[in-house]
Amino acid sequence: MKPFNGQVLFLDRSDINTDEIIPARYLTEISKEALKPHLLEDLSLEEFDPRADISDKRAVITRSNFGCGSSREHAPWALEVNGIHVVIAQSFARIFRQNMFNCGMLAIELPGTIIDQLFNRFAGRTAEIELDFNNGRLKVKNQEQEEIVPFVISDFDRSLVEAGGWVDFADKHY
Amino acid sequence: MCGFVREEKKEHVIMGKTIAQKIFDIHLVDRPTPDTYVLRLDAVFCHEITTPIAINDLIARGKDRVFDPKKIKAVIDHVTPAKDGNTAAQGKILRDWARRHGIDDFFDIGRNGVCHALFPEKGFVRPGFTIIMGDSHTCTHGAFGAFAAGVGTTDLEVGILKGVCAFRSPTTMKVTINGALPAGVFAKDVILSIIGRIGVNGATDKVIEFGGPAVSLMSMEERMTLCNMAVEAGATCGICAPDKTTVEYLWPFIQEEFTTPQEALEAYARFEPDADAVYDQILTHDVSNLTPQATFGFKPDNIKPVADMAGTLVDQVYIGSCTNGRIEDLRIAAQVLKGQTVHPRVRGIVSPATPKVYAQALEEGILQIFMQAGFCVTNPTCGACLGMSNGVLAEGEVCAATTNRNFNGRMGKGGMVHLMSPATAAATAVAGSIVNSGLFKG
Repeated sequence: MKPFNGQVLFLDRSDINTDEIIPARYLTEISKEALKPHLLEDLSLEEFDPRADISDKRAVITRSNFGCGSSREHAPWALEVNGIHVVIAQSFARIFRQNMFNCGMLAIELPGTIIDQLFNRFAGRTAEIELDFNNGRLKVKNQEQEEIVPFVISDFDRSLVEAGGWVDFADKHY
Repeated sequence: MCGFVREEKKEHVIMGKTIAQKIFDIHLVDRPTPDTYVLRLDAVFCHEITTPIAINDLIARGKDRVFDPKKIKAVIDHVTPAKDGNTAAQGKILRDWARRHGIDDFFDIGRNGVCHALFPEKGFVRPGFTIIMGDSHTCTHGAFGAFAAGVGTTDLEVGILKGVCAFRSPTTMKVTINGALPAGVFAKDVILSIIGRIGVNGATDKVIEFGGPAVSLMSMEERMTLCNMAVEAGATCGICAPDKTTVEYLWPFIQEEFTTPQEALEAYARFEPDADAVYDQILTHDVSNLTPQATFGFKPDNIKPVADMAGTLVDQVYIGSCTNGRIEDLRIAAQVLKGQTVHPRVRGIVSPATPKVYAQALEEGILQIFMQAGFCVTNPTCGACLGMSNGVLAEGEVCAATTNRNFNGRMGKGGMVHLMSPATAAATAVAGSIVNSGLFKG
């Protein structure tokens, strides 16, 4: 399994779309690594500078409908090559969510009230997550406080993460 | 067409079903968990942006195989002709792969067009089909009563290799469109108004089943426009029940399968929703008083009547794409443009969606009208719609477009896109600012 622990990038907006995660002009790249410098390049969000704020981050916490728009798997890949293997949101667009699990990455949905609470308590300062995949528990912490949140993913999605993705799973089963 | 027996057996024990549920039933291969449906695929569509990485990954895994070369259709459409070394390489990977695996339905330059316009035109989409493609606007094909969903590269890769794809339960939102469209108001205005109403997240993880009198009156091309933008409300697929219009469109491709159109209609009736089908949500949308609509922000649910946006200056007008680049769209735009000239401040670009549309537009004198008005006629390609080629915007520029996405930077970094119908786009090209077309008398 991929590593899921580390510093959190908070993106305080709903409906962040695939074109903002990785613009179409980079879809002509044939290697995933080439996407690395362009993650969230077109996202204009107050107090967010993609060049300064992404390095060293290992997780994203955001609002609802993250990853809407295009089917491009380049969006999860752009996260992956930057070392971000988990996105936590109130909800996801279907294709993006499936792409995350298909790549052996995690798209975790939490209730809006919990997301609000995580933003209120941790956004704007350095925060980290520790993920207990087997027990479905997520710890968000900074120097002063921590919060433990349970999460649920489907058994199927869980098996994809464990198998490291959908290709080997499907080739074995079908 | 195997599997129908199974459905008939089940009908006695299970409540009414939606179109998507019926399609799921006859394609079900496995349910690894209660909420996961692994479906057998009738077609896997491919283009040169999302497929090459799947091909390379299959090669790297030592699995460079295809489940059925007859069920795989491929096209180079996003950047064509190639604009640089990278796009040339993407085309080459797809081309070599199609040759290597005997994929006969591969459409290269000269025969290529925008995938979601080209594949239906070739008769590759049938009622009851399951289709995936590494492209979010695959939902377009639901216009034929098919379950067609956009997927990422990994799902595409598995589709190519095994002919299956996993989905969650096909929860359905029914949208009944009542009333008759006023003159000068089109399918594009209808779908924009629906997205404006339910929001970009309104149908996430759901199939939108479009029905009602207004849909019955729509041509297949209009239904494709409608279903094309279902994903902009988050939907997995937009879907219309197959009817007489569907059979008429498909007849040249199915006449060896059925003796009469009536027989085809009866066979396809199995994909009509049951009267007691169970829907997650039911929405009634009346279009009798609908006015032309356009988007104003960076989300497809930022919708306003065109009249409220009048005077918004534009630098470019783009008519084309899988939403509105078909012959009916070009005819409507030409009707507005005839004898008119594009405003001197505006660049007009039209991209007929397929070679057939191009040839037809040429034959009908439509391209001449566009050219006399000062439009540039480009080859069929997706290019400008997603800011890849053939009409990219500069920072600060504004484009009136018949496309489907107005995301920030979609047609070029720092550019603004206003989505609208071909009639509104054509009128806007002449005026130099957003305006209702003369076809609308409201």
